[in-house]
Amino acid sequence: MPMTLDQVALHQVVYIESVDQSPISSKLVEMGLTKGQEISPVFKAPFGDPIAYEMNGSLLSIRQEEAQFIQVKSAAHFVSL
Amino acid sequence: MNIALLGNPNTGKSSVFNMLTGLRQQIGNFPGVTVEQRSGSLFVNGQTHNLIDFPGTYSLYPHSHDENIVYQVLSEPQHPSYPDHVIFVADSSNLERNLLFFSQLYDIGFSCTLVLNMSDIAQRKGIHLSSEALQAQFPEAQLVHTNARVALGKQRLLEAIAQPIKRSGHRFLRDGVIDLSDTLSQKADAEARLERIRSLQFVQLKKEETNKPSWSRKLDHFVVHPFWGYLLFAVLLLTVFQFIFAFASIPMDLIESGFVSLSNFVKSKMAAGLLNDLIAQGIIPGIGGVVVFIPHIAILFFFISILEESGYLARVVFIMDRLMRPFGLNGKSVVPLMSSMACAIPGILATRTIPNWKERMITILIAPFMSCSARIPVYTLLISLVIPNVYVGGFIQLQGLVLFALYALGVIFAMLSAVALNWLLKQKSKGFHLMELPDYKAPRWGNVAINVYEKVRIFVSDAGKIIFALSILLWALATFSPENKQFDTPEQQLEHSYIGIFGKSIEPAIAPLGYDWKIGVSLLTSFAAREVFVGSLATIYAVTDGDDAQQRLMQRMKHDQKADGSPVFTLATGLSLMVFYVFAMQCMATFAVVKRETNSWRWPFIQLFFMGALAYVAALFTFHFFS
Repeated sequence: MPMTLDQVALHQVVYIESVDQSPISSKLVEMGLTKGQEISPVFKAPFGDPIAYEMNGSLLSIRQEEAQFIQVKSAAHFVSL
Repeated sequence: MNIALLGNPNTGKSSVFNMLTGLRQQIGNFPGVTVEQRSGSLFVNGQTHNLIDFPGTYSLYPHSHDENIVYQVLSEPQHPSYPDHVIFVADSSNLERNLLFFSQLYDIGFSCTLVLNMSDIAQRKGIHLSSEALQAQFPEAQLVHTNARVALGKQRLLEAIAQPIKRSGHRFLRDGVIDLSDTLSQKADAEARLERIRSLQFVQLKKEETNKPSWSRKLDHFVVHPFWGYLLFAVLLLTVFQFIFAFASIPMDLIESGFVSLSNFVKSKMAAGLLNDLIAQGIIPGIGGVVVFIPHIAILFFFISILEESGYLARVVFIMDRLMRPFGLNGKSVVPLMSSMACAIPGILATRTIPNWKERMITILIAPFMSCSARIPVYTLLISLVIPNVYVGGFIQLQGLVLFALYALGVIFAMLSAVALNWLLKQKSKGFHLMELPDYKAPRWGNVAINVYEKVRIFVSDAGKIIFALSILLWALATFSPENKQFDTPEQQLEHSYIGIFGKSIEPAIAPLGYDWKIGVSLLTSFAAREVFVGSLATIYAVTDGDDAQQRLMQRMKHDQKADGSPVFTLATGLSLMVFYVFAMQCMATFAVVKRETNSWRWPFIQLFFMGALAYVAALFTFHFFS
């Protein structure tokens, strides 16, 4: 089922499918958000935005409006936190 | 030769820079732009090299003002900062993403040293790097392992710099294109590079070590908590302010009294005359007016640097971003605005971390609305003069309530102005938030010290010149008189000076606010700094120095009458003045810093007139409402 990164539930692990074209898309890619990358939201700021994502052992803070550009596919397992 | 220090943000690049150069650093701007350029000299084998620290970026492609300079310099061999050699600092625990930018630099053809930094953190995370694989893919680059936070690997790095490898045109990505004009191909280039980097598997993860949540991650659940997170931030801020008010006043009083004695010493030892006056009353207080801000700036940046180094500041940005966005601001605007409650000068200097031009401009322009510590003497004098010392509802002290209202008024109008500016300022590129939350780590004191030193030096060397020039100008206007004669008393001299005449001539304009010429003169002189208002009134009301000077000044102000016999300082006049000081940009140091930080005279003047106009209208409204 197609889904964007902002819709992913906390601690659910997903793989990035693609990054939509937008003014910040090359920035997103440079930060390492490319096809096949494993990523998982680990905590949210108060008011639910921005969201901190775990990726390759480091934390990335992304606003919801920015995460909407990232198409993801869910993975089978969950990370324990 | 020029050596460029490049790398992603949060890779310990500044630690490498400090390790290599120590205190042999200069801070200036990249030629022609306002982006700060940190450079330092580096001695290798008897040769001196110029090490230039570039802003941290994720790739060659620019997304902000700061990042643009990286592309500009690297793409123009004629540029004075164009490097002959590149030292690329990579975070070992996040190597793949770091290699993206490095591979671009390698493919342009720079002679490169790849510094694999923070190997201790990588090891703790269970990450193992294959140096052989890296060397095989980048055969013409030197590989150096360092841990710059503890100054490990300096010798190896110096040896590498001494013997740079000549490039023969080898490329990492054979068909990679580097084109600034086309964002589509930028994205494609970045994707192609990352894909190739991942496929080469430079990095192995030992899974069992990574699955344990780190203490950094556990701490985060507390630090960004909707209740505890904000509480922690509030407590930290209060603590910092307590420190500033408790400790900045000690050196500030020393500096002030030191300059007063110096000025008295010169006055008594030199032959009387204009030169004596110029030095004793113009130049020495002028320098004093610059030096006196140093404790504030140093203490504030001491704390900000610690919070930044530890990784906490990124969390502040994280929890404040959503709240600041409706005002056209960024989570990164919070610290500068909070700092401005101590003093707008370090606050404005702290806006450099805001990547988006528009968000940074708005933050700079609204920062002086936050009530700074220089307003406190003005507020307290006026409050104790016109606000009765009574309790509202039995337990709230009215004077304290008024003081709180003045602070709140500043904050509210800062936010309203931000909304207005957000609507007024035209800019194509939208601000983004996307940032890393680095792991918590103990601050490195050397970096903290250098950061504090830099901020103080920028203030003294750049803003200091303007402050100094303006204080001499204000001294001249308050000393010279078109009537060519000597006056018996200082109050007469001030009354008949140019500034006195000017103060009288603006009386029709300020009369609607409830002010007379004496207040007018004090308003003009207090452009030097807000607290000068009190000193000017003391001169005009002929109050000599002494322990009870404040009491005597208040008595004289209380009994001062207008021509028709009504008191000058009524409730309406007092409140009108307080409101005026909430809004008006009565501070030449702020003016100078805004000029410095925006690199134009346009913005400080716009700010001066906008804040002045708002102050006038608000004071007018206040006066009529209360009279």
